[in-house]
Amino acid sequence: MDKVYYLDNNATTKTDPEVVKAMLPYFSDNYFNPSGVYSAAQDARKDVENARATAAKFLNADPKEIIFTSGGTESDNMAVKGAAYANTDKGRHIITTKIEHHAIINTCKYLEKHGWEVTYLPVDKYGIVDMEELKKAIRKDTVLISVMFANNEIGTIQPIEEIGKIARENNVYFHTDAVQAAGKVKLDVKKLNVDMMSLSAHKFHGPKGVGIFYLKKGVRIHSLSQGGHHENNRRAGTENVPGIIGMAKACEIASAHLDDAPDMARIKALRDRLEKGIIEKIPEVIVNGHPDKRMDNTSNVSIRYIEGEGMLIHMDFEGICASSGSACTSGSLDPSHVLLAIGLDHGTAHGSIRFSLSKYTTDEDVNKVLEVLPPAVVKLRSMSPFWKEKNK
Amino acid sequence: MKYSDKVMERFKNTKNMGRIENADGIGKVGNAKCGDVMWIYIKVENDIITECKFETFGCVAAIATSSLATDLVIGKTMKEALEITNKNIVEMLDGLPPEKLHCSVLAEDGIKRAIEDYNRRKQGLSPLPEKEEDDHEHEHDHDNEKV
Repeated sequence: MDKVYYLDNNATTKTDPEVVKAMLPYFSDNYFNPSGVYSAAQDARKDVENARATAAKFLNADPKEIIFTSGGTESDNMAVKGAAYANTDKGRHIITTKIEHHAIINTCKYLEKHGWEVTYLPVDKYGIVDMEELKKAIRKDTVLISVMFANNEIGTIQPIEEIGKIARENNVYFHTDAVQAAGKVKLDVKKLNVDMMSLSAHKFHGPKGVGIFYLKKGVRIHSLSQGGHHENNRRAGTENVPGIIGMAKACEIASAHLDDAPDMARIKALRDRLEKGIIEKIPEVIVNGHPDKRMDNTSNVSIRYIEGEGMLIHMDFEGICASSGSACTSGSLDPSHVLLAIGLDHGTAHGSIRFSLSKYTTDEDVNKVLEVLPPAVVKLRSMSPFWKEKNK
Repeated sequence: MKYSDKVMERFKNTKNMGRIENADGIGKVGNAKCGDVMWIYIKVENDIITECKFETFGCVAAIATSSLATDLVIGKTMKEALEITNKNIVEMLDGLPPEKLHCSVLAEDGIKRAIEDYNRRKQGLSPLPEKEEDDHEHEHDHDNEKV
C-alpha cells in the first residue's frame, strides 16, 4: 500500500501494537472457553475478569457494572431497547437528540414503530443541547434520556454532568453514548451521573468488534438476546476473549495518554494548525462545532460552493484519508443530519469535510492536507456554478 | 461505493469545465438540496454544436457524467445530440453505482434543456428558467434505483 495520511480517527483508529501483542496469545495458546471447569479455562476466566476490572477502573465503575459487548452499536441498542422494554410499567417515552449516532437514532425510530414515543431535542448552532428544552421534554412516562457525550462529526461535547443531574432529579434513567469521547476525554461515571454508557474499543486504539456497556447497579434493562448465562445474564454468547484482553490493554494505554498533558496538547496543536491553515489558504470556509467545548482531535469545516466527495477523492489520490458530511458518502440524498441540525443549509452541509486526528498523527499528515486540499478546492470551485455566481 | 477507472479518469482529468459567456443555449438542471446541480452551455453553428461546457456542483459522478456528456455532443447535430441517453453515458463510463445513476439522468436532461433553450431563443422567446426538481420525485427515483 502507498503511504497513507490518516485523518479519519473518528471512524476508526490504528490498533496499538501493544494491544495486538496482548491479544495474540489468546488466539493460539490460550484459546479456552472461560466457561469451562478445567484449569486452562479457569485461567481464561481469570484473565477476562482482570480485563473487566481494568475496564471498570477506566470509567471509575465497579467491575460488576461492566458488560462486554461487540461494540458501540450493540451497547447503544442494549441501552435504548433494554431500558424501553424493561420499564413499560412506567411509560413509553424516550428523550434523545437530533444529532445522535445512527445507532441511537435508528433504534429510537424502531421503537417508535412499536408503540414508543420519542422526543428528539434540537441543538444550537454549535451542536449543544438546551437544558431548558430538556427539562420541558421530561414527562411522567419518560423512561430514558440518551444524549451522546461527544459528537462524531463535529466533536461538540455536551454538558453530560448537568444532564445527568437533571435526569436524577426527575428519576429518569440516563444513558450516554461515549463512543467518541473514550480515550479523548476522561470518563468518570460517578461524577457524570450516568446510569448507562456505551464504548467501542476500536475508537481508542483497541480492536474492532468489542465494546463496553456500563450498567449502573440497580438499573433495570432487558437483555436483547437469549442464550447462556454469560455476562451476568445480561449478554448471552461466549466471550470474545482476545478482543476483551485487547480492549483492556487499550484502556490502560488510553488512561496513561489522558494523564499525559503534553501528549494531549500535541494533538490539539496539530488540529489547530490544520484548521488555521485551511482558513488561511481557502476563502469562504466555515468551522463547524463548538469553539471550545469540542474534542481536541476533531475539525469539521464546510468549504462553501462545492461538494464534499470531490474533495475527498482529490485527497485520496494523494493518500489522504478523511470523511465528509455530504450525501454522496452516506448512500442517501440528504447530507448529514448533524450538520442540518446545527442549521447549515443543504448546499453548505454537502461541502463539509471532517478531519480527525490521533496520537499517531504527525506534522507531515497536516502538511500534506494543507498542500493538497487548497488546489483541489480551486479546481472544484472553478467548475461550480455557485462559485461563479457568487463572484459575479 | 466504488467508481470505475473511467469515472475516476474523467474526474481527475476533467474536460470542458467552465462557462461559455455568450452561449447560444443554457440548460440548468438539478437541485442543490440533493447535492447535484448542472449547468450546460452550448454554442451552435449551422445546426451543429461547436462548443459545449459545463458547470457542476456535485459529486464525482455528477462531474464525470457532465464532462462526458459535453464531450459527446460536440460536433453533433441537434438531432444527434438529442438521441444521447443516460444509458449511453453510463455504459461509456463502465457503469455507475446504483445510487449515482440519477447523475447520468441529470446530464442527459442538461443537454436536452440546453438545446430546448437554444430553440426558444432562435424563435425569439425568453430563455428557459432553471429547472427545479421536485424533492419528492427525486427521492422516489432514488428508491427505484436501489431496487
